[in-house]
Amino acid sequence: MLEIRNLAKSFGGVKATNDVSLDFPDGSLTAVIGPNGAGKSTFFNLITGALKPDSGQVLLDGIDLAGRSPPEIVRHGIGRAFQVASIFKSLTVQETMLAAVSADQRTSAVLHKRFPLPETRDRAEHVMELLGLASKRHRTAAILSHGDQKLLDIALALVLEPKVLLLDEPTAGMGPEERWRMIDKVRELWETQKITVVFIEHDMDIVFKIAPKIVVLCYGRILATGTPDEIRNDSAVIDAYLGTEYAGAAA
Amino acid sequence: MTELEAGRAQALVPVRSGAVLQRYRDVLIALIAFAVLASLPLFTGSKALLDFVIRCSAYGLFATSLNLLVGYTGLTSFGHGMFFGLGAYSFGLIMQKLGLPIPAAFVATLAITAVFAAIIGAICVRLKEIYFAFVTLAFQMLIHSTILSWASFTGGDQGLRGGIPRPVFLGIDLSNHVHLYVTSCALLIVGLLAMRQIAQSPFGYTLRMIRDNAARASFLGIDVWRAKLTVFVLAALFASMGGMVMALFVSGAYPEFAYWTISGEGIFINMLGGVSTFLGPMVGTVLLLLLNDTVTRFTEYHGIVLGVVILFFALGLRKGLLDFVAEWYAHRRETGEER
Repeated sequence: MLEIRNLAKSFGGVKATNDVSLDFPDGSLTAVIGPNGAGKSTFFNLITGALKPDSGQVLLDGIDLAGRSPPEIVRHGIGRAFQVASIFKSLTVQETMLAAVSADQRTSAVLHKRFPLPETRDRAEHVMELLGLASKRHRTAAILSHGDQKLLDIALALVLEPKVLLLDEPTAGMGPEERWRMIDKVRELWETQKITVVFIEHDMDIVFKIAPKIVVLCYGRILATGTPDEIRNDSAVIDAYLGTEYAGAAA
Repeated sequence: MTELEAGRAQALVPVRSGAVLQRYRDVLIALIAFAVLASLPLFTGSKALLDFVIRCSAYGLFATSLNLLVGYTGLTSFGHGMFFGLGAYSFGLIMQKLGLPIPAAFVATLAITAVFAAIIGAICVRLKEIYFAFVTLAFQMLIHSTILSWASFTGGDQGLRGGIPRPVFLGIDLSNHVHLYVTSCALLIVGLLAMRQIAQSPFGYTLRMIRDNAARASFLGIDVWRAKLTVFVLAALFASMGGMVMALFVSGAYPEFAYWTISGEGIFINMLGGVSTFLGPMVGTVLLLLLNDTVTRFTEYHGIVLGVVILFFALGLRKGLLDFVAEWYAHRRETGEER
């Protein structure tokens, strides 16, 4: 279980994350939404160690990870993918996966053996199959399509076998059809891998369709949390973010 | 076995045996290269040619080690030459003052280099690009000026004179020109093979990840600082080996070995030969030394000619010679696959 307790971070006078407390039970799927500048990415950066929080706790199964370095936090089981695909452009898909497994198995400093180590193969292979990248294994990451680069980014997080997977806008920069394919993939991963998934998303149709639970951030604060129906009918959310377009749209 | 599993097993087998085969292939190439180089004195009495190969060994070790930093890790050091100078001076001083057996002096020099590199690296590798480049340059100048000003120990601007004693060990007499030649070749081949192993090891791929995207590497649990420091020290060891070959060759050590121009030549060699392939710097070394030797024979303005060549490679081609060959080869293979 991932518990966020009173997390806060300011940049100068701007409170990017302001006293945020949230629970993400094991195996839950949660969408984080909010207007631009609401502090969604900052929230992820605080959890994963990219930024140090000013105060508050990030508890994973009771262990406080707040303020620790990214490598430490990853090793405790919080993996992430990025808004702009963050990959290794000169490595092939397969090399990327094998090297990531090596890092997770703490063999990334081994000098006397040849890459790849035999014990890294099964996991790399499994995740490539899972994300449909196996047929592109010998492609260099730089020449992959935008969608495949995003998948590779997610594969990098997933291959570490995290307990919690944070996806920062998995559908960013994609066309409508590709978006649905990607989000179906995310949902499938959540269902089959039985991990806790938290994702940031801008497309309300997607969010309301697939997320059992939604968190709305605004000016660094939690504006509302709840099921899609609760969020859709929350007057504060409608005023701040949704407008009337989505209000009671299901009705 | 399901169809999926069968397909997976098929796809996996080449991964494993490929890695092992690659290692055998590298060792085989190294043995052949050594056999060819070592048998050269049987066919030619040309001292100049053997001298050329010895200098290629010294510079080749140095330039290839610099490529571990520049090409594989993305750390552009402007002060890598300090470890070349450090190797030459440490080895020369140990032999002159302590008179140890040569293998012992060799190991002791590597140990001294490792200590210096660990201290300097610990300070430098945290810094970003241009700061890293300039602080490494600053350390190089510090070592150079120490050598110049500590004249009672290092001989100052005269260098280590009076020759480096070369006692016979294991039947090898390094004052014999052919013995020195074969030993240099052996050190070159062993050094290249070791660096090749580093480049193709899991650690080598960690370096590539850091070069491409250090932030992402840290989100995979990699300690980027430690990996950078490790490769900084490893590269220094091979540069130091090159310095020792040079010291043995000239039977002395001179302040120029530790001057920034050595680092500059290392960068130049890497640009000439290319940093995207393992042997690029080796090709660059041969090119630079050939250019140096032929141009100085024809004109005293060899600096101008070398300058034009470097501009041609840097601005005109934007890559090294072996980069071209590698790209052409990759292109040909791709089109071949499609056919």
